[in-house]
Amino acid sequence: MAITVLNQGGKTALTGCAASSCGSSADALAQLPAALRAKINNHPCFSEDAHHHYARMHVAVAPACNIQCHYCNRKYDCSNESRPGVVSEVLTPDQAVKKTLAVAAAIPQMTVLGIAGPGDPLANPARTFETFRQLTAKAPDIKLCVSTNGLALPEVIDELCQHNIEHVTITINCVDPDIGAQIYPWIFWNHRRIKGRKAAEILIAQQQKGLELLVAQGILVKVNSVLIPGINDEHLKEVSRIVKAKGAFLHNVMPLISEPEHGTFYGLTGQRGPTSAELQTLQDACAGDMRMMRHCRQCRADAVGMLGEDRGQEFTLDKIEQLDVDYAAAMVQRAKVHAAIEAKRAAPAPITPTAPLVTLNPQFRTSRPVLMAVASGGGGLVNQHFGEANEFLIYEASSRGVRLVGARTAGRYCHGPAQCDDSSAQRFAKILRVLAGCEVVLCAKIGYEPWQQLEAAGIIPNSEHALESIETAVAAVYQELSANGRFSAAAVATQRRSA
Amino acid sequence: MALTIIDACVNCWACEPLCPQQAIHAAKPHFYIDATQCSECSGDFADPQCASICPVEGAIVDAAGIALNPPGSLTGITPERMAALQLKRHAPTPLHVIE
Ligand code: SF4
Ligand code: SF4
Ligand code: SF4
Repeated sequence: MAITVLNQGGKTALTGCAASSCGSSADALAQLPAALRAKINNHPCFSEDAHHHYARMHVAVAPACNIQCHYCNRKYDCSNESRPGVVSEVLTPDQAVKKTLAVAAAIPQMTVLGIAGPGDPLANPARTFETFRQLTAKAPDIKLCVSTNGLALPEVIDELCQHNIEHVTITINCVDPDIGAQIYPWIFWNHRRIKGRKAAEILIAQQQKGLELLVAQGILVKVNSVLIPGINDEHLKEVSRIVKAKGAFLHNVMPLISEPEHGTFYGLTGQRGPTSAELQTLQDACAGDMRMMRHCRQCRADAVGMLGEDRGQEFTLDKIEQLDVDYAAAMVQRAKVHAAIEAKRAAPAPITPTAPLVTLNPQFRTSRPVLMAVASGGGGLVNQHFGEANEFLIYEASSRGVRLVGARTAGRYCHGPAQCDDSSAQRFAKILRVLAGCEVVLCAKIGYEPWQQLEAAGIIPNSEHALESIETAVAAVYQELSANGRFSAAAVATQRRSA
Repeated sequence: MALTIIDACVNCWACEPLCPQQAIHAAKPHFYIDATQCSECSGDFADPQCASICPVEGAIVDAAGIALNPPGSLTGITPERMAALQLKRHAPTPLHVIE
């Protein structure tokens, strides 16, 4: 990707920011129509810039599901509750509304409320729409979003459009029923269980119809696909082409997670997930017109707080039941905070011209791109402890500059499956898989043991850039690597030998 | 005439809203069918609704104790194959290729 200098909405960013993560997704946004851009602008899940400033939360009001995916075990209530993928409490609509208002009052940056499970929100229409109805009335300053497998979508679109819905995520893994039959064993449809190819055919037709109807109504549609090697990997390119042609603004490809201990069909039958390289290749293929923003998180379904950060423990039900939220007053306060954020975002970005790396150091002419993983809790800073990072932002440094190429997580990817207990060795093995292809890990802090484990795996841990801006830190480390002769002919030869 | 939910149930809630007789209750340790209310859906639907959406084989049984979704009927994994897979699970097979 060429690094472009952008000029978006009066905000002038010179090469310093243009070469950064903010640059790359703003660049992607620049191609969208203005109305869509405005919708995405404040959405922490879609706008790389907004996620530094705004937050979203999910409430778990929708437990039931109307289909079966081979990567889901449907046991969302796992015994250990502090890990990703575990939704601890199913809320009633009243409880969910209370929780949302309490969080919104305490965290004015919270602007998006999502329902994404633990089952399929649209398979629980009464619970989902009661939550939306109350929130649309009581908290007009909160945008609503919903994720679905699409089966029930066409029938509920009119109802959806009555609420403050801004976007819908549909998980579409295929457009070919023969492939679908290998992913979905059955669906529940018109009061019957339908199996095999017929089931996939109905599901696919409903998903596509739902996508078309939503686009026609002007609702943003994001499509998620789970990459299942050997089943839909090549096929996803066609899925991408079709959903974009129909108007999906973003196609997000996620890795299959199929640990055998989760007891899913794929876990049991040994269906593997993709390697990081396979995932990246496919994401590159599906990105096509750059509309895909890879920083989209695979977040915990009841997470609260800034993206990547989990403040759920502050808002458990018993704490919320005791609160009496004056939302009218809170809304005034929220409006002030939002105005301050907008003022800050509208201000010209500080001009920190960094010369292209190649002129700083002629040696870079012979250098190659290096992937680095960054542990960040948000704000564009290297500010997370390695041990706390469940997700890493992946940056590529090359002679052309620094760019965000994606986010990888050891966590969940859909609204159903629970992750089961991992020993620390298993967890580290998982993290190593997530870090595959990265040569450096940047974090705020790292323990002695993981430091050694990373080094043993050939990855350089680095905590010298704690609290620095990510782009600056990545660029600095890249220069150090070069200065240390990492890209010299001899080093390259050694690496080849050891590879 | 009534169906029963047994302890294979994973408490996924799928059956509960579908019951035409409101016979299904969210209970501990798992969902529960009130036998006095359950009609096996006769007169309402061709198939018992709870058993038509339940994702877990063996979780719902009839009066004779026979599973409405017997082993292999939902996953397509026959009981024999399942036993073999469970054994294999404990053998160290690499699941992901690490480059
Ligand atoms: S992954 Fe989601 S859509 Fe698929 S079966 Fe599980 S809850 Fe349902
Ligand atoms: S068989 Fe029908 S009536 Fe009986 S519990 Fe199931 S859904 Fe309800
Ligand atoms: S659908 Fe099956 S597993 Fe889910 S709650 Fe009902 S009986 Fe239990």
